[in-house]
Amino acid sequence: MNTSALDDAKETTDGPVQGPLPAGTVAPDFSLYATPDQRLSLHELKGSPVILAFYPADWSSVCGDQLTLYNQVLPTFREYGATLLGISVDSVWCHQAFVKDRGFHFSLLADFEPKGAVARQYGAYESHLGVCKRALFVIDKEGVVVWSYVSPMAINPGADGILDALDALADSPHSTPSKSQ
Amino acid sequence: MATLKVPVTANDHRQGRAHAKVTLVEYGDYECPYCGLAYWVVKKLQQHFGEDLLLVFRNFPLTTAHPHALGAAVTAEYAGSRGFFWEAHDELYENQDRLGVPLYGAIALRHGLSSDELVVAMQTDIYLPKIQSDFNGGVRSGVNGTPAFYIDGLRYDGPPEVTEMSQAIELSSMRGLNR
Repeated sequence: MNTSALDDAKETTDGPVQGPLPAGTVAPDFSLYATPDQRLSLHELKGSPVILAFYPADWSSVCGDQLTLYNQVLPTFREYGATLLGISVDSVWCHQAFVKDRGFHFSLLADFEPKGAVARQYGAYESHLGVCKRALFVIDKEGVVVWSYVSPMAINPGADGILDALDALADSPHSTPSKSQ
Repeated sequence: MATLKVPVTANDHRQGRAHAKVTLVEYGDYECPYCGLAYWVVKKLQQHFGEDLLLVFRNFPLTTAHPHALGAAVTAEYAGSRGFFWEAHDELYENQDRLGVPLYGAIALRHGLSSDELVVAMQTDIYLPKIQSDFNGGVRSGVNGTPAFYIDGLRYDGPPEVTEMSQAIELSSMRGLNR
């Protein structure tokens, strides 16, 4: 629960998109490096829900706590058939070291070059600081945002909002997979 | 503000009067260093508020980060099934720097329990559903790290310090939320 200067930083609202993409918006497709030689595209995941967790920086205290929590909740996310992706502007090599150090079992994508281009499309870029906001998106099997949330930089948003959104999705008549028992 | 989604019941580990003025629920991980610090804070709060405070402990082991967290939680649950939960809870936190099987066995023996039974409990995962249930309820309640505290059902987002937590408990007591 230590905080860094980055964790404590104040956000501005001068990005090209004001606020995160709202529910009902088609999630912009992207293709980002998940490993040094492998890209992952959002459209590859169509057919099941996707959780996008934009976060400011590998190794920062709040981000580490948040992603450690999600790593622990991963089996529950998978009960909904959902794929979790972490996204920050850190390089793929930095991600690789962070994943190895923390034992994460999900992919971290590098929104590295052009810097923050995907985060900007989602209204999840903090241009004043040059990092992603702490923003969450749940996307349905058709690729439509069904829930989004931006947490203050210093606040770990937990996983309850994500699970509530996945519950709503599972209960929706048009939606994606129901939760497996 | 995040709220406690799983009400306190007789199945919880509770310390204090059932109808105390204020209920403090902690979600904790025995290997988390911040929980280790908060352990002493909670002790002071209990001393200060006495019978006016009901303490509830729920498991929130972050096992991917803390390899000893689950073994310690199983030890406390095993001891709890024999009536020694709080003794084991306290001994685990007071010996947080040496969590491991030798300590768990010593805790069992100190209370006349079987270290063999404890080993079986660990091998058979008999307490895993209870621990996982605590964890899931915590996630649903917005636990975003450990320790996480709920004062009369509302998440306490301030620092885990005696002065600040005392003020929050007194405020809740005045509001009479624990009814």
